[in-house]
Amino acid sequence: MSKGILYDATKCIGCKQCEQACAAENGLPYDDKVAAQEVTSAHKYTVVLAKEDKFMRRLCMNCDDPACASVCPVGAMKKTALGPVTYDKGKCMGCRYCMAACPFGVPKYEWDKAIPAVRKCIMCSKRVVEGKQTACGEICPTGATLFGDRDTLLEEAKKRIHDNPDTYLHHIFGENEVGGTSVMLLSSVPFNQFGYRADLTERALPMYTYQVLSRIPDFVPLFGTMLGGIYWITHRRQDVAESEAQENEPKGGAR
Amino acid sequence: MTVPRMRFTFWKAVFLVIMVAGIYCSFIRFFHGLGASTNLSDQFPWGIWIGFDVMCGVMLAAGGFTLTAAVEIFNIKRFHSIIRPTILTAFLGYVLVCAALMYDLGLPWNIWHPLIMRNPHSVMFEVAYCVMFYTTVLALEFSPIVLEHFNLQKPLRIVRSVMVVFVILGVLLSTLHQSSLGTLYLIMPNKLHPFWYSPLLPVFFFLSAISVGLAMTIFESSMSSKYFGREIELPIIRDLGRVLVVVLALYGILKFEDLLHRNVLHLVFVSSYEQRFFLLEIFLSVLIPLGMLLVPKILESAQGLYLAAVLCLLGFVTNRLNVAITGVENAVGGRYTPKWTEVVITAMFVALGFAIFGLAAKYLPIFPEEKARLPVATHHPEVQVSQLAVSAHAGD
Repeated sequence: MSKGILYDATKCIGCKQCEQACAAENGLPYDDKVAAQEVTSAHKYTVVLAKEDKFMRRLCMNCDDPACASVCPVGAMKKTALGPVTYDKGKCMGCRYCMAACPFGVPKYEWDKAIPAVRKCIMCSKRVVEGKQTACGEICPTGATLFGDRDTLLEEAKKRIHDNPDTYLHHIFGENEVGGTSVMLLSSVPFNQFGYRADLTERALPMYTYQVLSRIPDFVPLFGTMLGGIYWITHRRQDVAESEAQENEPKGGAR
Repeated sequence: MTVPRMRFTFWKAVFLVIMVAGIYCSFIRFFHGLGASTNLSDQFPWGIWIGFDVMCGVMLAAGGFTLTAAVEIFNIKRFHSIIRPTILTAFLGYVLVCAALMYDLGLPWNIWHPLIMRNPHSVMFEVAYCVMFYTTVLALEFSPIVLEHFNLQKPLRIVRSVMVVFVILGVLLSTLHQSSLGTLYLIMPNKLHPFWYSPLLPVFFFLSAISVGLAMTIFESSMSSKYFGREIELPIIRDLGRVLVVVLALYGILKFEDLLHRNVLHLVFVSSYEQRFFLLEIFLSVLIPLGMLLVPKILESAQGLYLAAVLCLLGFVTNRLNVAITGVENAVGGRYTPKWTEVVITAMFVALGFAIFGLAAKYLPIFPEEKARLPVATHHPEVQVSQLAVSAHAGD
């Protein structure tokens, strides 16, 4: 059963305990200075944004069919069956295609290190494997961040919108975006106010490249044969011309 | 003769300055990391080392496969005399691209990982394999030149006997990865500006690679005639110019149709940051060179062809930089300008390219047929080797 996170912005009080728990879980420093930073980075995997009395979390969406895992030439990024999209530093060669391809701009880089790695929320993969909740879901005092089965959470999100149609936007962000994501968001204000793109396609992004790449195995023998055939014909023509020239002039041509 | 000598000394000084600065910047890059040596950020994970050194490097090396296909596969004999410089450029280009990649990769010592850790769904994986194999193929296509120089007849015969396989493989691999550099960006439909994001990106990259291959060959022929005192093969580069007209026209029409059918043609007439760069690219790469080459007087003159080729090259370099940088700037919300260290490293690779080409042209039979004929060459010690090379070369 694929796990997921449902974040309901209307229940969030902006206490930032999820940020702190996330830092602790991932062994990252957390103090007032880090708390004040309003962007995710190589040392801050999730952030609670505030606009007046409205809040919104940013974290890796852990897509169902992630662009980062699709583009990684060495398979360092992986979508696990349980939901988390994990990263293996031992495989990574640092091409940063994952960063360029991610529609949410999630993967961050350790730019200041001589031996850098990609950093992002991996939905507490280790804890999830052990059957535990993510650190952010466990600590949340108001239930704004819920961890559970994605299908159950999706039903819950639909129910909340149905029961309180005036409170919520009628849009579960992550239900269909880029083919669906493990992390889903509910809000009363448009998501793009907090930097989420409003124009995202509902198609899984890897299909855009795969529809070209998947044709290569068919293309290679066809194109190879065509090139070989052109070579054969153009050089055959030359051989014929040369032998004809030799017949006409028994002493031979330039050769 | 004194004027070109002075020029050479000046360029040698420039080369030395760039190399010293390049070594210093290399030190910053490898001991202090990408953050210290580049203006890259989480918003801009790719800068000019990818946009220019890799994307333009591969594109500028396209003359190798374009001319090889024309001469070896289509058997167009009159291009035979200019095929060697294009193979040299291509081989050099790819070696430099691989070297530049070592600077850009965060963990360059892991560059071999795709050999054993395969993800066939990744375009980058396909490009990595194609570039790896094609660089090998180019080394083999280049090898007769070195073997001739040392007069190694036996290996020469072996290489020649299997050459056609490598030629076909080379054209195939080039077609794949030249277009795949465009496919890389297909996964960013919401990031890349609609001027450049198109399902036809791979086709555009392939057609522009052929255009650049032709333009680069014209450029090389003109440059080497200038610096090595060779007579310019005007009828040959004029024919290349004619082919360039056709390919540019195809590219231009396809570009127009693509913009039209994606309903973004009107954006060309609306002032914006991207519009200025797009117009710059289109005028330099297609419209001006096409207009010039359609004038018979320009097509018949060496200077005219040279100028059209240079504009075309600048235009397609702008195109690659637009795809890699300009086209994503608004989506990620920021502007990227390269740090001085990035520029120095890029300049270092360009300078190395020119220097190694010059050295190879001096010591290896790159222009054998021409050199042997020219009286200027008689006081060079390598002329005997060259003549030897001509006799060996006549057999293929």
